[in-house]
Amino acid sequence: MKVSLSWLKEYVDVDINVNDLADALTMAGLEVEAVSDRYDYLNNVVIGRLAKIDPHPNADKLKLCRVDIGDRIITVVCGAPNAKNDMLVPCAMPGTCFPKGTILEKNIIRGEASEGMLCSEMELGLGANSDGIMELGQSYSVGFPLNKALGLSDPVLEIDLTPNRPDCLSIIGTAREIAAFQKKKVTYPEILLPKSFDDISDYTSITLMSPELCPRYAASLVFDITVGPSPFWLQDRLVSVGLKPINNIVDITNFVMMETGQPLHAFDFDRLAENRIVVRTAREGEAFITLDGKERRLDPEMLMICDGEKPVALAGVMGGLNSEIEDSTTKVLLESAYFDPVCIRKTSKKTGLNTDASHRFERGVDPKGTITALNRATQLIAEIGGGKLVKGTIDEYPNTFPDRAIDFSVTALNRRLGIGLDINDIENHLKSIEFQVHKIGNDRLQVIPPSCRVDITRFEDITEEIARLFGYNNIKTTFPLIPAEARHPSKKIESRDGIKCLMTGLGFNEAINYSFVSNLSCDRLNLEPDDKKRRVINVLNPLSEDQSVMRTSLIPGLLETMKFNISVQNRNLKLFEIGNVFFNTGQKDSLPDEVEMLAGLWTGKRVDAVWFSKEINCDFYDIKGAVEELLRKLGIVNTDFTHMPPASCFYTKPGFTAQIIIKEESIGLVGELHPKVLSNYDLKQTVFIFELNFDRLINYMPDTKSVSPIPKFPATSRDITLIVNKDIETNNILQNVIDLNEEMVEDLHLFDVFEGNPIPAGRKSISFRITYRSSSETLEDTRVNNLHKSISDRLLKKVDATLPTV
Amino acid sequence: MEKTLEQIKKEALKELEAVSDSESIKALSVRYLGRKGVVTQYLRNISNLPRESRPEAGRKANQTKKNLDELFKKTLKQLETPSYEINNRIDVSLPGRVTRRGSLHPITQITQQICDIFVRLGFDVVEGPEVETDYYNFEALNIPKNHPARDMQDTFYISNNVVLRTHTSPTQPRIMEKQKPPVRIIAPGKVYRCDSDLTHTPMFHQIEGLLVDENVSFGDLKGVLTTFVHQIFDPETSLRFRPSFFPFTEPSAEVDIRCVICKGDGCRVCSHTGWLEVIGAGMVHPAVFENVGYDTTCCTGFAFGMGVERIAMLKYGIDDIRKYFENDLRFLRQF
Repeated sequence: MKVSLSWLKEYVDVDINVNDLADALTMAGLEVEAVSDRYDYLNNVVIGRLAKIDPHPNADKLKLCRVDIGDRIITVVCGAPNAKNDMLVPCAMPGTCFPKGTILEKNIIRGEASEGMLCSEMELGLGANSDGIMELGQSYSVGFPLNKALGLSDPVLEIDLTPNRPDCLSIIGTAREIAAFQKKKVTYPEILLPKSFDDISDYTSITLMSPELCPRYAASLVFDITVGPSPFWLQDRLVSVGLKPINNIVDITNFVMMETGQPLHAFDFDRLAENRIVVRTAREGEAFITLDGKERRLDPEMLMICDGEKPVALAGVMGGLNSEIEDSTTKVLLESAYFDPVCIRKTSKKTGLNTDASHRFERGVDPKGTITALNRATQLIAEIGGGKLVKGTIDEYPNTFPDRAIDFSVTALNRRLGIGLDINDIENHLKSIEFQVHKIGNDRLQVIPPSCRVDITRFEDITEEIARLFGYNNIKTTFPLIPAEARHPSKKIESRDGIKCLMTGLGFNEAINYSFVSNLSCDRLNLEPDDKKRRVINVLNPLSEDQSVMRTSLIPGLLETMKFNISVQNRNLKLFEIGNVFFNTGQKDSLPDEVEMLAGLWTGKRVDAVWFSKEINCDFYDIKGAVEELLRKLGIVNTDFTHMPPASCFYTKPGFTAQIIIKEESIGLVGELHPKVLSNYDLKQTVFIFELNFDRLINYMPDTKSVSPIPKFPATSRDITLIVNKDIETNNILQNVIDLNEEMVEDLHLFDVFEGNPIPAGRKSISFRITYRSSSETLEDTRVNNLHKSISDRLLKKVDATLPTV
Repeated sequence: MEKTLEQIKKEALKELEAVSDSESIKALSVRYLGRKGVVTQYLRNISNLPRESRPEAGRKANQTKKNLDELFKKTLKQLETPSYEINNRIDVSLPGRVTRRGSLHPITQITQQICDIFVRLGFDVVEGPEVETDYYNFEALNIPKNHPARDMQDTFYISNNVVLRTHTSPTQPRIMEKQKPPVRIIAPGKVYRCDSDLTHTPMFHQIEGLLVDENVSFGDLKGVLTTFVHQIFDPETSLRFRPSFFPFTEPSAEVDIRCVICKGDGCRVCSHTGWLEVIGAGMVHPAVFENVGYDTTCCTGFAFGMGVERIAMLKYGIDDIRKYFENDLRFLRQF
């Protein structure tokens, strides 16, 4: 909300500079976002002297003025009849932004260049006079900016109000806060209603059909008014806070709303059927055209102001086209009401109409300020619109709003804030913001907040008032006295941090991608129609289609990240991410299954060309090795990497994918991305990925560690090479050795796999080293040789293998 | 006697200077000190001297023999020690073979730093779901349906009653429903708001804090958050608390720190105010306690929340929040 200092000063003395004022308001809870001067645009308007006036060669009514602007003389085309030699005038220079929003540019008018513009009062927003250029007294210095010369300055504060403070959505409300911290009083406008005639009840009536949505509705009547432009002072007030003048009647309602915070509405009384007001809820499907010319569909949750026949306003939000004030209007019915905040908010949301009125009503206007605001506006209409006031007001107010009395202990208040104010200090603070305060004991106060403070309902609200009046920064810092107890840290958080650390140690960079992905990502992942990963949850109001569903896999995000990196020439990538994926449970209004996943991606070179090596592309075994080392470091043993069964993963390449199994549970996969997915993402280079279910993985992480003794006796090793069918998996052979369960076999180490000459086609050689060790003695060669021979004999019997022919 | 001991010594030193390989030195040693060596011969000839001068001559000759022997050996050792300076060296300017370590995302790093500070202060780290019910995200936090405070957070909806959590605050009622006071928790996590521009991304990270016990005061809140600010930024950072509004705290406060960029002179980052808003905080609203069944006559506490991206931006000088989620390797590697 914008507040101009000049307007504020109507109600409260301000004797600090505007920056201090802004700081003080911010520290009182009314955050000032910006301070500007509304006459800043006059910086570019300078005082010029008309040095010479020549006729325009191509236009009779225009003149070519030579204007001395101090440092030089410029030519300005001007049509004003009052231009005369030696006159001092305001001359706007190119770039000037006028109050109505237009920006002055250098111009050619009828073939003659005009380097500026000589302005009228009206054009400069300085007065109502639009006849000719503004004439300035001879005492001013040529070349001076107009705002400096005339001493024009009016700072405007832009306040970002929190939703709990509707009482400050007005100049007087802001003045009340300023008065409190300056220890001054607010001067409220004096309301004197002019002479009136007859009685309002002779002319109109108000019927409240839904008093729960409209607890109070008041109206006054003014006859014989003349609709026309507002006087300059009124227009100027509205312009100063960013409102647009329309006509005197509408301007007055806006002025009073800005002054008091109470929105008002003026109806053309003659256009109200049966000259009366009925407040009721809308009928389902009823149509209504609002002031902005748009037809609105109504529903029974919306409150309507109607005349004897039809709706004339969307209550608290916007008036109707059918009853708006027109130039021909002579009788005005003025509305001042209190509407239910929730009702107005719903209507505003449904219609998408957020008006100055709805903004105030939905936050809560002063339920007891209805008549004051009405009288203030009535008085101004009678004065400015030149009308005759009908006597009295109608005030339909079936249930008076009760005062909210709050009583509290001063000790409790001091304790909650950590301060030590005495009861009188507290009383004075609260009186400074117009609370009624009564002592009801040595330690107790009873207070009644002013009716405009709809946010004050309980003791804790009072503590905030005291805190901000005392000054948040005057409260001493202390420390809570809390028991020195500790809980076990969550295994999930600890494991996650540990895994992140391990992954970076393995050379992977952590990525964080959005949790929402494109609604096409399931298709891009090549998923089957019945894939679990298709059970996405949709965001009802996404920012874009690219972010419209919650991810069920981390892979799409990583692929998008890869794509972005490749577009900026980062072609070698090792990335990982840990984050939640979300599965729809299929039940309405229930939370999705959130599963935390760990995924990684490796693409490009494992080794870039360097002085000691040629470049080497990464492959399946690189990423598998990373996963193996990760699992090993997590203390997870007995993991199996087995071929992904056919038709169980559609985004990795068949035959090039392993599922990762721990104790018979599949907890993830590692493999090459399916070429189809690659092309769906417009990617060209091969990608290897892994995915692990983090939530289940941590179940297999041991809680404790125990150390095996370091062997006392030396080990001996023997190599063995077998020629086997090339389709036999290496692990199969090694497993056979393990299955022999020989106590002396300590370790198996695969060191060569070879296909090609001299190995026969369809076969491959596998070489591995067996380490033998005894825990009780140094093994003798003959014993090891015998055991090795026995193992290789047994192996040859078990698997279809031959020894190499030497 | 043909030569004096002095002459022999002089000649030996001269010859030693002239040789540069170990074989020649060994030969030299034999020629002077060997069984038929010059010095040995000289020693033998001492017996021909008059009796009274024999001891003195013997002592001198033995001394010379010893000196020469030491000198030969020393020179030999020097020669046999390979020279690293002249012939045998590597190009130390070649780059080493790197096992390149990856990096933790800056959000992870700052989150860990923030959590560590509060863990040192006795807080437990907890987490909650990212997709939340309207109840926990709003109503339990004293934000009823159709309340203007809902405008403070642009919400992504999954259904009428399910939302992407707009803040980490739902962890407050969730933890209090499970745990009786005292409660000291810190809850990091992802949050979502439908807003996207230079300073907003639709997903970002927050850290929530909650401390509940008896007789906790606003002064305590100030103490804990001042300590935090001094730990995460630096101990000289000045800060201010100013009134604000959150439906779930009363009194509510914004915590501003002196702009770390301009030190208070006013710059673009702080919108020329000299201050930066970094934490929202306040005393827990009694309505929140009522919603979780806490006794409001004795329970008091404070809660606070902060944006991780914002703190990371200030600490690392990052000027565009979208950088966090582009995951440009050139960005990530800097952390």
